[in-house]
Parts: sequence; structure tokens; C-alpha cells
Amino acid sequence: MDSSVALLTIFVLAVFVGFEVVSKVSSTLHTPLMSGANAIHGIILVGAVIVAGRADSAGAVVVALVAVVLATVNLVGGFVVTDRMLEMFRRRRVDARSEDAE
Amino acid sequence: MIPVWAQVVYLVAAVCFVLALKGLSSPRSARRGNQLGVVGAVLAVVVTFVMEDVDHLGWILVAIAVGAVVGVVFARRVAMTAMPQLVALFNGVGGGAAALVALLELSETAPTTSSLVAVAFSVLIGAVSFAGSAVTFAKLQELMTTRPVILRSGHYVSVVVLAAGIGLAVGVVATGDLSLAVLLTLVGLAFGVLLVLPVGGADVPIVISLLNAFTGLAVAAGGYVLDNTLLIVAGTLVGASGTLLTRLMAQAMGRSVTSILFGAFRGGSTAGGGMTGAERPVRSAGPEDVAVLLGFSRRVVVIPGYGLAVAQAQHTVHELATVLESRGVDVSYAIHPVAGRMPGHMNVLLAEANVPYEQLREMETANAELRTADAALVVGANDVVNPAARTSPGAPIYGMPILDVDQAKAVIFLKRSMRPGFAGIENELLYDPRTTLLFGDAKESLTKLVSAVKNL
Repeated sequence: MDSSVALLTIFVLAVFVGFEVVSKVSSTLHTPLMSGANAIHGIILVGAVIVAGRADSAGAVVVALVAVVLATVNLVGGFVVTDRMLEMFRRRRVDARSEDAE
Repeated sequence: MIPVWAQVVYLVAAVCFVLALKGLSSPRSARRGNQLGVVGAVLAVVVTFVMEDVDHLGWILVAIAVGAVVGVVFARRVAMTAMPQLVALFNGVGGGAAALVALLELSETAPTTSSLVAVAFSVLIGAVSFAGSAVTFAKLQELMTTRPVILRSGHYVSVVVLAAGIGLAVGVVATGDLSLAVLLTLVGLAFGVLLVLPVGGADVPIVISLLNAFTGLAVAAGGYVLDNTLLIVAGTLVGASGTLLTRLMAQAMGRSVTSILFGAFRGGSTAGGGMTGAERPVRSAGPEDVAVLLGFSRRVVVIPGYGLAVAQAQHTVHELATVLESRGVDVSYAIHPVAGRMPGHMNVLLAEANVPYEQLREMETANAELRTADAALVVGANDVVNPAARTSPGAPIYGMPILDVDQAKAVIFLKRSMRPGFAGIENELLYDPRTTLLFGDAKESLTKLVSAVKNL
């Protein structure tokens, strides 16, 4: 199979998977889910590292490093803030469960 | 070419991301889902360093360290109420990174036509997302007005800018010229600003979600340029799930995505509604009167809204509820799906204030309880309790599911002023004879109420 067609295939299948995985989300989780998805696209860090590692001119290196910083902020910050939101849900759920057990 | 073993690790990382999103859509598995996402990200980044013959390694590691510190500090320090703008900010920098990666790839290599299409797409969409997110951040942080900003003939300006963007994108694909691509970036930035300026405050969360999907697609296009399957899968997952999430959010708010975006082009997404009612008589009261009303009720339903989030009054409202409960009043919270600044935001805020889960009511249950409630205490909410959503077909919020506060025996509004909510329409309920208004900042009013109830 031609490699660009292979990539297109991956793209189209990923569209369906993306729709499928969030189709049953409750509105309570809209915010954390958006935040988690937000963190995942921070994986552009991989792309930023690749172009930074290949950059020849000083200008390109600088721009690439800026991209690395921005992508890392997105990736790391995104996961940390999502975890912080979910921490509160967890604490609440544990409380509810321990009361059930009583 | 990426070695096979690295491709396999990328596949594992991609599976982690799918499971992360899956986990995040159910309360029980949400936290584990997020952690799986971290695992996937770490795997992918480590593998990239190992397989690529990376130059400037020291500098790259420094850049990652800087980014990580900034990200963690922001994510940890920012108040829970400021969460939406933080998400907007993270989304914007991600979009910016995607655009820069595509620009660099164009400057360093000679891509084929199909990857030039992806470069143009990634540059344009990444720039739109960056600038659009910056404007949403400014709106939510109240660095600028939260009202829709309508430029004179902004509609035509947007169309011209978009046309220029498409023209430049075609130029980039045809020539592969870097300076055209830089120009395309600037046009993308301009379009991002124009896209978000006319959107009203209440619709901003939906726009964040949409821009989130945009960034995902820009990342996917970047993956196509770099021949990197992981970026394609991860970006597309976010693009697709973000699009669906945007639609779900819009449905929860009784709005359509197209009316928010293109309604904005036509002249304001949530503008409209005169403020002529300012002189009409309303019944306002002091904290002591309201305390009597609440303290001698059997059942009080609290309706927390956006104003409570802004005033950071979630802890004080819990305090008031505790005082009332000690007097034998039955207190519950009615949570509208879009209460707060984002769908689900209010649940997070109340959880932070240790409000017991059993006291939170979703809309259907809440409406049943409101019918038997002696008092409904509306704290900084307006549009989500506006009966116009049921009764006046012309209203912008018509059809939006609301909390039937008007069914309670008495209604108390804690409001800063008579200014209408984000939808910009009058709330008839404010003029109802059963309604009492207590003006002031939500937190101050609640603090006064707590001491007034204690003194009863």
C-alpha cells in the first residue's frame, strides 16, 4: 500500500475511534474530558523535538526550541490540571462509597 | 524512516491515548484514564529521543524543563474557578507549537505536494487556534469585555481574511515558499481573533472546545508532514472527540455550534435584548430578612451559577448550608449542566468545597424538588433559571432546559446588579412578587447571611 494512503487510512479510522470513545460522556465530565484531550494534543512535543533535533540554522533552532517549550507547557500542564480536577471527583466518590459500606 | 520497534512503541502510546479518552468519559475510570495518557506521552517522547539522532540535545532538554516547570506551576497554582481560561491557554500554546513545527518542516526539507497540503493546513489551523485561544483567555480572565465584540462590517473583514488565508494556502501548496507560509501564519492569527471576538461570554467554553478540536487536527496534519503515525492518531482522536464534545456541550446549553460561530458573523451570538426593564420595581431586601426566609423554611434548594464561581463563594455557600442544616432545614444543590463557566465546572467547584455528593441534584431531580421547596436560593445564576427559555419563543435561550425555580414558594436572588446574564435578556422572574433580591457580591452576601442565620 502506498504510504500516504496508509496514513490517510489511519486518519480516517482514528476519526471513528475519536467519535466512539466520547459518545457516552456525562455532562459532569465535559470539562475534565476537554482538558484531558487538550493535554493529549500536546504530544506535538514529539514533532517539536524531531524538528529541533534536525534544525541546521541558528534561527531554526531557536524557533524549534520555542515550539518545544510551548508543546511541553501544553502536554505537562494539561495532564497536571486534568489530574487536579479529577482528584476532587475521586475524593468525593471515596466518601460516598465509605458511607455505602456503613 | 522510523524504525519498526519505535513504530510499535508509538502504537502502544496511541492505544494509551485511546484508552485515556475512553477512561475520561466515565467518572469511575477518569483519573486512571488521565494517568494512562501520561504513560503514553512519556513513552512517545522517550522513544523519539532514542530513535532520532537528536542534535542540540542539551538545549532541547532545557526547553522541555522550562516548559514543564511553567506548565506545572500554572496547573497547580491557578484557582479552580480560573480553570477554563487555563485550558484555553494550554490549547493555544499547543496550536502555536503545531504551526511552528509545520513551518520548520517546510524550511528544512522539500516536502511533496500532499505534505505541502498538510503543512498549509497545520500552519493555518494552528495559528487560528493560537490567536483564538488567546482571545478566549482574555475574555475569561476579563482582560477584555466578555460581551460580544462586533466590528463594523466585521462580517466582510472575516470573509476577506478567510479568502486571503485560503489563497495563501493554495500558494504554499503550489510553490512551497516559506515566506508565503509565514504570511499564512499571520493571516491565520488574524482570523483566529476575528472568529472569537464576536462570541459572547456564555458561549466561550464551546469555542474553547472547538479550538481544542482544531489544535488536534493541526497536530494530525503535522504528523502527516513528519510521517509520524502517533501524531496522526493522537491529533485525529482529539480532533474527532473534540468536535463531538463541542456538539454535546452546545446541546446541553440549548445552542447550536453554527449559530454561535456564524451567528457571530451576522451580528453577535448572544447580543440582543433591550435593558429597558431597569426602572421596573423589584423587591430587594437586607440579609436579615432573607435569613428569616431561609431559616424558617423546611426545604431550601440552592442554585449556584456563574456569579458564585466568579466570587469564589463555593466555600461560603457550603457554610451557609451547614448553618441552615443545623437548624433542621433540608438543603440541596440544583446543578444545571452548564452552571459555572464550563459544563461540569460547578461540580468540580462544589467538590473542592467538600459539599457532600448526596446533596447535588441533577436537573430532573432538582426540578421535582423545586416544586416542594419553600425557598430557592439563586446565587449568581440567571439564564439557567430564566423562564423565558420555556415561555418566549423569540428569546435566544428559548428551548434551553432550565431549572424551574419559579415553581418554588419563594425565590431569592443574590445578584451584583440588575444586569442581565450572558444571554443579554431580561429575566421576568426578577419582577415576580414572590421574588426577593439581595444585591451585592455573592461571597459578601453569603457571609452576611451566615451570620444573620446564626443570630436568628
